[in-house]
Amino acid sequence: MKKSSFSSSFRKWLCVGLLPVFLFGSVPAFAKEKFKVAWTIYAGWMPWDYAAQSGIIKKWADKYGIDIDVVQVNDYVESINQYTAGGFDGCVMTNMDALTIPAAGGVDSTALIVGDYSNGNDGIVLKGKSSLKDIKGQPVNLVQLSVSHYLLARALETQGMSEKDVKVVNTSDADIVSAYTTKDVTAAVTWNPLLSEILKQPDSHLVFDSSKIPGEIIDLMVVKTDKLKAHPELGKALTGAWYEIMSEMSGSDAKAKEARTAMAKASGTDLAGYDQQLKATNMFYQPANAVLFTTDPHLKLTMQMVAEFSMQHGLLGDNAPSAESIGVETPSGIYGDKNNVKLRFDPSYMQMAADGKL
Amino acid sequence: MARLINRQPDRLGRWILALLPFVLLLVLYLLSSEARLAVNPNDKLLPSFPTIFDAIVKMAFEPNRRTGEYLLWADTLSSLRLLLLGVGISALMGLTVGLLNGGIPLIRIPCSPVVTALSLIPPMAILPILFIVFGLGDLAKVMLIVIGICPILIRDLQLKTLSLPEEQLIKAQTLGASTSQILLRMMLPQVLPRLIEAIRLTLGSAWLFLIAAEAIAATEGLGYRIFLVRRYLDMSIILPYVVWITLLAFAMDWILKVTSRKAFPWYFGRNGEAQG
Repeated sequence: MKKSSFSSSFRKWLCVGLLPVFLFGSVPAFAKEKFKVAWTIYAGWMPWDYAAQSGIIKKWADKYGIDIDVVQVNDYVESINQYTAGGFDGCVMTNMDALTIPAAGGVDSTALIVGDYSNGNDGIVLKGKSSLKDIKGQPVNLVQLSVSHYLLARALETQGMSEKDVKVVNTSDADIVSAYTTKDVTAAVTWNPLLSEILKQPDSHLVFDSSKIPGEIIDLMVVKTDKLKAHPELGKALTGAWYEIMSEMSGSDAKAKEARTAMAKASGTDLAGYDQQLKATNMFYQPANAVLFTTDPHLKLTMQMVAEFSMQHGLLGDNAPSAESIGVETPSGIYGDKNNVKLRFDPSYMQMAADGKL
Repeated sequence: MARLINRQPDRLGRWILALLPFVLLLVLYLLSSEARLAVNPNDKLLPSFPTIFDAIVKMAFEPNRRTGEYLLWADTLSSLRLLLLGVGISALMGLTVGLLNGGIPLIRIPCSPVVTALSLIPPMAILPILFIVFGLGDLAKVMLIVIGICPILIRDLQLKTLSLPEEQLIKAQTLGASTSQILLRMMLPQVLPRLIEAIRLTLGSAWLFLIAAEAIAATEGLGYRIFLVRRYLDMSIILPYVVWITLLAFAMDWILKVTSRKAFPWYFGRNGEAQG
């Protein structure tokens, strides 16, 4: 008797308990398509924070009937790894990391938005010496295999030197500023805002920076190619939101200052400090300029240099037979293997923004 | 009795049962890896066994293209050197200070609270300070290990010394032993096996500190390599390195255990102490 009453009441509660599962379990089938994009702190990527905070991204996502979740990740490399492993549909990264992490990992990626290129944001600092030549024989602290490493290689090239002439010490970006204060460190390569912190220290000299290799360190919003093909509305919403912010933050009116102040705060500095960083960042505020940059044949050459550097340093994986083993599609042609295109520069969405068609 | 608690597997059964979880883990990995590789043959997250094998061969048996070094061995040597230095210094200091703290009240009273306070500072929290004081080189890495495990060793050995029976102390004194004789002939031999046990238990932390230090600034080492190739998500190197570190740690633990058993058989014979 007791047992049966227990089981009947159990059954009753089970039904009540499962009811919402049946009701709401089927809801996602009708729900809006959901996407997740990741961003990390960097002068040229702070607009993504603003996009999430100001509601601009929601406005554009609603316009195209989708949901976009803009997530801040604390660790830059980790955000790209997560994207590559499948955790995100889109992620901000540099052209070099886009080639060496997702593309080399077989994840077909499209550079949807070419946001800016580093124009002084990355630099080489020497302690007590003021000429790049003096770097010879010194230990150089930097995040190995990052764009800093690439910048060093390019800088050494201009002096007829190679990496053999220095000793590269891998130093995490989180610790490079405090590491620089010790006497062991005599040379460092890093990016803003860390670079400006380091330059504040006495007797520090900026001997080379990315403005001497303009357009080679490019900051992108990268999305999965198959996702973009299946859901062009994702590309449209992201691009639309981006250029709305671009027009809002450029200029010098109160609204632009307010937007930049918000971004400055989120990156741990003030308006003046952030404007300083933006000066060393060649932002493409106008979509037409980004399209121009992307369609320029020089981009293909840049990607070739980046691919060759990456191959030399084993960044393409040990089974990569050559720098050309991964195809990079640019509007001016494909660099590398045409049958293995994994990184695509696609200016069509930026073109839509330029034409006002979003 | 046929009860479950009385069932003992035979020798072969023991081996099979002990290996079973490892086999299951391997099979699980193989299945997940195959599923991911079927979708994307270039997937880096769960590489296939041949890929991992190639990576091991490349790291261990082929000189590096740029430096000409055999990377795995160079990394292992570098890491082991720092680890042994750090653990060795800690053991020496732990034994000396622990013994003196435990044996001599006039030393214990001023020293013990400081050691306790120091042992409560999380070493990772003072990393930036360590860098500024000791630089970025090997010294800072060794110091991180020492700061991390030495206070624990001191406290453990102090407790062990204090727990020696009062009667022994009195007996030794009635037989005319001096302070140094009591410390060296009576206390030291009895805390030595405990020192080895304590080292075995702190070895895991020592590895942790070493790898954390190598992640921050380094030019070689096992932790350095893992954090370096993480830059391009090369799991075919990271996974074997993790297994290798585990094997090294296991081997060190085993060597310590065997040494202790050979050197102090009396310690293991008595009341089931230290059967780990």
